[in-house]
Amino acid sequence: MRSLWIVFRKEFFENLRDRRILLAALVFGPVLGPALLAGVLQLSVTQGETAREQPLTLPVVGAESAPTLMAVLQSQGITVDPVALDEPQIRAAIAARDMAVVLQVPADFAERWSRAEPAPLQLFFDRSDQFGGEAAAARVGRVLEAYGSSIAQSRLLLRGIDPLTTAVLAVQEVDVSTPLSRASLALGMLSYLTIFAMLFGGLYLAIDTTAGERERGSLESLLMAPVARRQLIYGKIAATTSYMLISLALTLVACALSLQLVQVEQFGLSIDLSATTVLKLFAVTAPLALFGAGLLTVVASFTRSFREAQSYLTFAISLPTLPLAFISLLQVDSSALALATPSLGQHLLMMRILRGETLVPVDFAISVGASLLLGTLLCVVAGRLYEREAILG
Amino acid sequence: MIEVTALHKTFGSIHAVSGLSFAAPDGCITGLLGPNGAGKSTTLRMLATLLRPDAGDARIDGHSVVSEPIAVRRSLGVLSHASGLYPQLTARENILYFAELHGLDRRTAKTRVEELVQQLELGDFIDRRSKGFSQGQRLKTALARAVVHRPRNLILDEPTNGLDVTAVRALRGLLKALRAEGHCIVFSSHVMQEVALTCDDIVVMAGGRVVASGSVEALRERAGEASLEDAFVKLIGTAEGLN
Repeated sequence: MRSLWIVFRKEFFENLRDRRILLAALVFGPVLGPALLAGVLQLSVTQGETAREQPLTLPVVGAESAPTLMAVLQSQGITVDPVALDEPQIRAAIAARDMAVVLQVPADFAERWSRAEPAPLQLFFDRSDQFGGEAAAARVGRVLEAYGSSIAQSRLLLRGIDPLTTAVLAVQEVDVSTPLSRASLALGMLSYLTIFAMLFGGLYLAIDTTAGERERGSLESLLMAPVARRQLIYGKIAATTSYMLISLALTLVACALSLQLVQVEQFGLSIDLSATTVLKLFAVTAPLALFGAGLLTVVASFTRSFREAQSYLTFAISLPTLPLAFISLLQVDSSALALATPSLGQHLLMMRILRGETLVPVDFAISVGASLLLGTLLCVVAGRLYEREAILG
Repeated sequence: MIEVTALHKTFGSIHAVSGLSFAAPDGCITGLLGPNGAGKSTTLRMLATLLRPDAGDARIDGHSVVSEPIAVRRSLGVLSHASGLYPQLTARENILYFAELHGLDRRTAKTRVEELVQQLELGDFIDRRSKGFSQGQRLKTALARAVVHRPRNLILDEPTNGLDVTAVRALRGLLKALRAEGHCIVFSSHVMQEVALTCDDIVVMAGGRVVASGSVEALRERAGEASLEDAFVKLIGTAEGLN
């Protein structure tokens, strides 16, 4: 244990003097992370605001056949732009992204309308157009539908039928999301960000203490010290873990401060990043540091140079964050397996804390226990690697 | 006292050391001379317990490198040509780190470093970070690190590689002083002038075995050659890899 402590202390203080390592641990996550978070949050909120209020210009073919309909569209903030195009021209214009959505009023519209037959309308748009084609079409569609149903009701009234007889169901959508839970949706990336920043904080230390030590030629001398090699590598992993923990703590605190600056309340979001919440987030995430440090150290032990380690570890660092990238695509429930998976378990627990839910002790224990167990296992593997002769390279 | 008995080591199909035996007594500088690839570094790495012999054994002050590696490391100081320092630490911190790993408590370690500063003349750079050290300063720091735990036995693997004349002379002086104190020193090199100038006894290695051993004079007599160089070439059987 004494040699573990000696190695830990040396690695910890030596690397405090390395600007590159310090930059990764103390600046990248804690400064860039919250800036990114606040920026993205602000952007997404303001973008949502503008998309709703933006005026929409709707090219209409045959607008003269339906003057009342055009007036209705105008009254709903949709500017009608009469155009004269045939169908192939419409398709070409949409394919070329010159137009997002086009309404075509056929010539027989007025005639069928006056006979109270379904009057045809064609709404052209491209569902694969990510820049608003579907959204614009939906908006026009809603206006048309509302207008259609109001006309239908007056027609029924004219024929002496209570319009309510056609309303079989009365479905009301009740949104039970609280401002807190809506916010945590937007904050889905907070967990990704903190976990990534934490791992990144220990990245250079993991390389420096293994591949770096070998490249400098100090590994041989170190391995000739009269102590068990396991103790040496455990000390190194402990130092990497401590850098990750420092990085995590700083990132969380910085995120809490930056969210106060953004003042998310003005967008109807409320995020409680009080000191207690930050402490809770730290408590659920911290066990992942041992796993991360063990993983990076094991991977770096196989590499021959700082450069080689750097390229492998950049890949390795994305491994624990991989489940988080897919979590939005896959519906992941909080099963015991999901909670036990490193980084995924931390993410699920962090989300619960951010949503203001109470933390179930069993879930906490599963996540913490699994990460610590796997981390310890990786430490043992690293210890074994250093007992081998091949470690000298 | 270092005794090597029938040491073997293979790497895949390469027989790096095959049945090597020699002894290096106390109070004597024993030179391990041989061309590149003779198995010198492999032998010294086995003595330093970095590599495990496939067969045979070596004893450092009676401790087996196979069964008592920790005891061996305590009684051995090693200076290899790849003696890297920690660039962010000062020379003093580099030495202190190893002193503590060798079990010295902080106060004893500090006193010991002061001793080494005097003995090895480290005063000019002891509290500077080792990042920009010259070869000579590096060598002195690495040597201080290797002997910080006062080992009775010292192994130097090609220590003069890349050193200038002043640094080499300083090293030679230090080794002679350590010999006078009764240390056992093993010194490997492929430079025969170097070995001839520094060592008392010479073990000539080629192809992983000992081809001859004895004092410089004895070797010359045995080979029946007037010049040292001719004697070595004759003993090894080829001039390849020698300087």
